[in-house]
Amino acid sequence: MAQVLDNKMASHDYFARIAREVPAGAGAPAWVDRLRATARARFEKVGFPARRNEAWRFTDVSPIARTAYEPAPRVSTDVAGALLDRFTFRNDDAIEIVLVNGHFDANLSKIGRLPHGAKVMSLAQALATEPDLVEPHLARHAAVDKNPFVALNTGVVTDGAFVYLPAGTKVEQPIHIAALSVGGERPTASHPRVLIVAGDGASATIVETYAGDPTGAAAYFTNAVTEIVCGADCNIDHCRLQAESPAAHHISTMQVHLGRATNFVSHAVSTGAKLSRNDLNCLMNGEYAYATLNGLVLIGGQQHCDNHTLLHHEKANCPSHELYKHVLAGESSAVFKGQIFVQKDAQKTDSKQTSKTLLLSDDARMNSQPALEIYADDVKCTHGSTTGPADEDMVFYLRTRGVGLEAARHLLTYAFAADVTRRIKVDPFRIRVEDHMAAQFGLPQDLRITDVTSHDRKAM
Amino acid sequence: MPALLEIKNLHAKVAGEGGREILKGVNLTVNAGEVHAVMGRNGCGKSTLFQVIAGRETYEVTDGSILYEGKDLLEMSSEERAREGVFLAFQNPVEIPGVSTDYFLKAAVNEVRKHRGEPELDAMAFLKLFKEKRELLEIDQSFTRRAVNEGFSGGEKKRNEVFQMAVMNPKLGLLDETDSGLDVDALKTVSKGINTLHQQDAHRALLVVTHQDRLLKSIVPDFVHVMIDGRIVESGGRELAAKVEERGYEAIAAGA
Repeated sequence: MAQVLDNKMASHDYFARIAREVPAGAGAPAWVDRLRATARARFEKVGFPARRNEAWRFTDVSPIARTAYEPAPRVSTDVAGALLDRFTFRNDDAIEIVLVNGHFDANLSKIGRLPHGAKVMSLAQALATEPDLVEPHLARHAAVDKNPFVALNTGVVTDGAFVYLPAGTKVEQPIHIAALSVGGERPTASHPRVLIVAGDGASATIVETYAGDPTGAAAYFTNAVTEIVCGADCNIDHCRLQAESPAAHHISTMQVHLGRATNFVSHAVSTGAKLSRNDLNCLMNGEYAYATLNGLVLIGGQQHCDNHTLLHHEKANCPSHELYKHVLAGESSAVFKGQIFVQKDAQKTDSKQTSKTLLLSDDARMNSQPALEIYADDVKCTHGSTTGPADEDMVFYLRTRGVGLEAARHLLTYAFAADVTRRIKVDPFRIRVEDHMAAQFGLPQDLRITDVTSHDRKAM
Repeated sequence: MPALLEIKNLHAKVAGEGGREILKGVNLTVNAGEVHAVMGRNGCGKSTLFQVIAGRETYEVTDGSILYEGKDLLEMSSEERAREGVFLAFQNPVEIPGVSTDYFLKAAVNEVRKHRGEPELDAMAFLKLFKEKRELLEIDQSFTRRAVNEGFSGGEKKRNEVFQMAVMNPKLGLLDETDSGLDVDALKTVSKGINTLHQQDAHRALLVVTHQDRLLKSIVPDFVHVMIDGRIVESGGRELAAKVEERGYEAIAAGA
């Protein structure tokens, strides 16, 4: 049974335990130790965020603060392999970095042929063999003083994934980082760290999966940080699936920097964990950079999912497009805070934000807030938010054609969510999510009920 | 043989506390194969009558009865009524993002067939059925693959309604102002489609709601009813439509 500890006591104890497992200087350069020290100092100063902290007002992390987590241990390939089978993209060409409880698993990972100069490896290996590529970027983008969980992750940063794409590199097949968690009797925590560096003109598809046993009862904690740094003219498509075990806690920060005329599309899907919170911060610090953030939350029971996004327009002529949809069943609750910050020189910003929520029960709760801070005077910023049960006009229409009430509701719920999934270009990822949706809503698998036509491709 | 549809003294109000009474004693009998027109000004209750026949829960029936093939229609859910062969072509069809007409019509047709104890149609059979009916309404394949009514013009929505009726093949078709908002060409296509359907199946009855007689020049009714203030005040043959056009509803109400 987990001990209930004082906030700061727990963190200090935790760092002490980690230090035993990963002594300083063990294969990592001095600058990494310095990063960890700064981060730990920061975390020990502020501790876990309390509800009075505005950014955490609607998400209570005291269940995490009060648990004396052990560092998540390495797990046998057999056990982890069974879990991987549910989420793998396995095919001949696959590029798959598998982390189990935050530790790179060489047996399960597979890195096929990469274009010349491109690097895909565990972060631990990168720290040891490619420090010159890692040091300019690691922890320089996701700030330890903005989010205590980033400080916590950086304070123990050891392993994860590193992707490096030299200028002009194009990687055709998706690069899949599968971070799996296998819990045990006692609560454990892992802090996977991902760093992706794309040079000018690079192009790739990155997929991150954070998952655990869907029937498991383990109360583990995943604290993930991903930094994605893109130069100019890049084309990056990013998919993220959070499908942690039902009793798990998942906190993540994704920090994205986009150079001039870079096109970045993110698809973030959350289905698991008892409590999850994702911060997605996207800084457009090059003109004509284009950011598209799509999100889908499918939860029920007593799950809580909080998505905080920030689209920071630093330069002019950048379009940004955001669509987050939530399907809330049972007594679940969700938070969406979409911040759009437009600096004074970011003229001709064209930003559109939409948050939609479908409430499947009277007990589900949604808290949706746009937060626009605009300092430039020649911009277009629109935002809209709707929350409610299924549209009765649509339900009636389907019933007058003979479709039963429950079937009509299921169909409309699926269609609501499919509006986000149809934009996912990575087929195995999209199919996995849509199959999950079909199972949830009692519909047949492999349902393609609307094709994306040229009519709506423009809007995407 | 009982009438296809027998409405007796139907009273209905907007559901909920203090809801306004809209239907104040409607009497109407429709037999198989007949075409009935219901004419009246905006607000007289004609659309409400159709919605109540289709089972819209925002209206509450407070008195009277509706028998369909001798069975109590009011006891059936909306989907049961549809499966029994009642089809409502909406005045303002709703848009349903994410669900294509093709997909949900397949589900609908198979629900009806299941209800009737008939085997479900397979993909090939649907392709053939849809192609046939699309040609009838001069609808391009791309329209039914798209989300239902999304981005459709008024005319396109109405054609989609008649297309769905052609596919569903009901015994009773309720056409709610299918002619409103249509230009001359669209009206020609839609009325041609309805007439062809009517000729193809002599047993199908049509109830057509309109407040202008433009449509009735193409789809010639067997019976015309004038509805004023929630009640049918006069019924007659097709000449009644001309009389309404000539004299106006006020005069009819006054008993001229």
